[in-house]
Amino acid sequence: MPNGIAKSLAGVPLGASAIVRRVASARSIARRLMELGLVPGTRVTMMRVAPFGDPIELRVRNYALSIRRTEALAIEVDDTV
Amino acid sequence: MSSSGTAAAGLRGVAVRHATPPLVLVAGNPNSGKSTLFNALTGASAKVSNYPGVTVSRTSATMRVPEVGDVELVDMPGTYSLSARSRDEQVAVDAVLGRTSRPPDALLVVADATALARSLYFAYEVIATGAPVVVVLNMMDEARGQGIAIDIDRLRDALGVEVIPVVARKQQGIGDVAAALSRAIRRVPRAAAAAFELPEPAESDVRDLTRDVADAMPSLTPAAQRAWAIWLLLSLEDELHDELEGVPAPVRAAATRVNRRAAAQGRNLDQEIIAGRYAHVDATFSGAVRSVTAVQPSWTERIDAVLTHRFWGFVVFAVVMLILFQALFTWSEPVIKLIELGVTSLQDVVSRSLPAGPVRDLIVDGVIAGVGNVVVFVPQIGLLFLFIATMEDAGYLARVAFVIDRVMGRIGLHGKSFVPMLSGFSCAVPAVLATRTLENRTDRLLTMMVLPLVSCSARLPVYVLVIATVFGGASRVFGVISAGALALFAMYLLSVTAALTAAAVLRRTIFRGPRPTLLLELPPYRRPVARVLLATTWQQVRSFLVDAGTIILALTIILWALLNYPRDREASARVTVERTTIESSVPVANRVAALETLSARARGDQLRHSIAGRVGHLIEPALTPLGFDWRIGIGILGAFAAREVFVSTMGIVFDIGNADEQTQPLRDALRHATRSDGSLLMTPLTGLALMVFFVLACQCMSTLAVVHRESGSWRWPALMFGYQSVLAYVCALAVYQGGRLLGFS
Repeated sequence: MPNGIAKSLAGVPLGASAIVRRVASARSIARRLMELGLVPGTRVTMMRVAPFGDPIELRVRNYALSIRRTEALAIEVDDTV
Repeated sequence: MSSSGTAAAGLRGVAVRHATPPLVLVAGNPNSGKSTLFNALTGASAKVSNYPGVTVSRTSATMRVPEVGDVELVDMPGTYSLSARSRDEQVAVDAVLGRTSRPPDALLVVADATALARSLYFAYEVIATGAPVVVVLNMMDEARGQGIAIDIDRLRDALGVEVIPVVARKQQGIGDVAAALSRAIRRVPRAAAAAFELPEPAESDVRDLTRDVADAMPSLTPAAQRAWAIWLLLSLEDELHDELEGVPAPVRAAATRVNRRAAAQGRNLDQEIIAGRYAHVDATFSGAVRSVTAVQPSWTERIDAVLTHRFWGFVVFAVVMLILFQALFTWSEPVIKLIELGVTSLQDVVSRSLPAGPVRDLIVDGVIAGVGNVVVFVPQIGLLFLFIATMEDAGYLARVAFVIDRVMGRIGLHGKSFVPMLSGFSCAVPAVLATRTLENRTDRLLTMMVLPLVSCSARLPVYVLVIATVFGGASRVFGVISAGALALFAMYLLSVTAALTAAAVLRRTIFRGPRPTLLLELPPYRRPVARVLLATTWQQVRSFLVDAGTIILALTIILWALLNYPRDREASARVTVERTTIESSVPVANRVAALETLSARARGDQLRHSIAGRVGHLIEPALTPLGFDWRIGIGILGAFAAREVFVSTMGIVFDIGNADEQTQPLRDALRHATRSDGSLLMTPLTGLALMVFFVLACQCMSTLAVVHRESGSWRWPALMFGYQSVLAYVCALAVYQGGRLLGFS
């Protein structure tokens, strides 16, 4: 796993992808997010932002998942290689 | 399948026919088409009830399975995993492991073929409990359309259970599901389900805890003990911060010890378990799926480019909501009128065919009126659920939440609260039922608790009567706006402000704690299937009629008795005498009018003599500070049947007879009514206070009945009634007394 300063999923530009490094949310939220497939090593694509700027739409494991920015901020990602 | 096996099973089927039918659970992710499959398997006979003690509805129906006979099929709430933090979420694991009810004889796990990896995560979790499972691979047509080719045989071998490809929406493959279910219930073939180990050191932790579970719960199978141990590690919070029940103290202590040990080693056990399972899912996935294009279907992309667009997305949202609003208000109106006409005609017919007396009154004014009170909600409930089902089936409901979540989130509500809140302007009863679209219990209860503050259409006749009485004529504000229109607008503004404020306050008090997160799946757009929509709508209507309907009927009869008993014998004797006098002495031309006046006065006398009439007098001291008198008190009591009943009750109190908000004599009577001290009763200030009271008070027994049904206890409707009554009283008091201080009358 590449090292470096943790980058947040919330900072991934529209249309770009990233690899989940760690879900650093509160335990109950982290558990849910991981069960939805956001485990370390999973590729995530930033698809869209809602009209009012929040929530965001992600594409993960061939389905579309919407979460709020607060949650996305706590998901650490690495750039795709 | 061997023929001898079939024969033996057939015999067994005959032998157990009289016993409890086998129990089959239908489980799966939300949006996996679980309920569509359930309906396709069972037809439209589903019964909706609640799991005991929680706000989770349980849908069950009977299905005939070949070579087994009748089977009870239960549609479980959609879930992404069995792990839980609340009791609502615990329902799933308890049902699968048979901890609170009898253990299932088989499970159907519905998997979405287009989101196979996520579906497999849940399927593995259920299979690992050791229960007989059939995996139903749904939406095969869409998967093919996306270029996903699934090797069913390889998938079956990897999972160790039967895998049946279906398209539930088109009812394809339903017969195969029934046949596979039959084999699973009869344990044919007796294949061992796939068991897999987690990577070390997580596997050692699980093994440790499984030993403690085995000691505490020896009746569970080894597979179930292991599944229960993993469930505990993922679900239990340290220091009892979860609300999970039925966990023996030694097991809870052991789970906490294992979790703490892992944490002390700097490990994230949750991640080790979940990632370990996903590693297994990924291996199965790459072995069974031959090609994935890994893109959203292009048309969903194109539709979303418009429907979630910064500008157009909002325009479409506004238009769709406007159509929904318009439909609830106007399309349901003719049907409601028709139902009301039917009830009145039936009452007339029965009145004429039965001899006068208390029995006739009970049947006509109690039972028939009560049934009418229930049926009258059906058009709005049906329309609303048809709309919601269509939006949900088409995939738009999730986008509604996506577009508006930011706004609703500001006040602590969920994006999916929007449709129920909007529907509340029509009627709170269907709106409360519509909160079922919210998955999280806290979100659902919070939305339910503030809904009755939204000004429903039944309040409109009250506003119209009051405004016409106190602001009638040509009073204008700033020369252009009529005072009445301004007052009406102010009431709607007050209603919205009150609902949003109450939501914000309740979120910080009763529902405080971490705000539920938004984890919203945005399914691909699909063409809605009429059969599915009608089945869903009918299920909701039927559940309302059976569960809430009986309570509403009972409350209507009680309220009717309060307004009509005890009988005023002296008054009725007087009426008989007066009627004879009129019939003998009043000229024929005036006789009808005189008799009508007499009958209106007789009804007024009876109401004033009734329990409700006496209660009206009794509570007058409490109402005087609001500017109300005992007659308005009676009206408020009568309005519990439905708010618009206030108008007809006032008609009776003021000896007008049958009246609605357009009845001029009622307006005149109200306008000239005086208090005991001779001052005018219905001043503009009293009118305003009365309307404010009606905006805020939970004057509706049907709403309370439905909230009881949806929340599973009387606690929530009691709290709702309590806080709204206090709010209404205090605000009406502030308006009246404040207005007087400012010199208004």
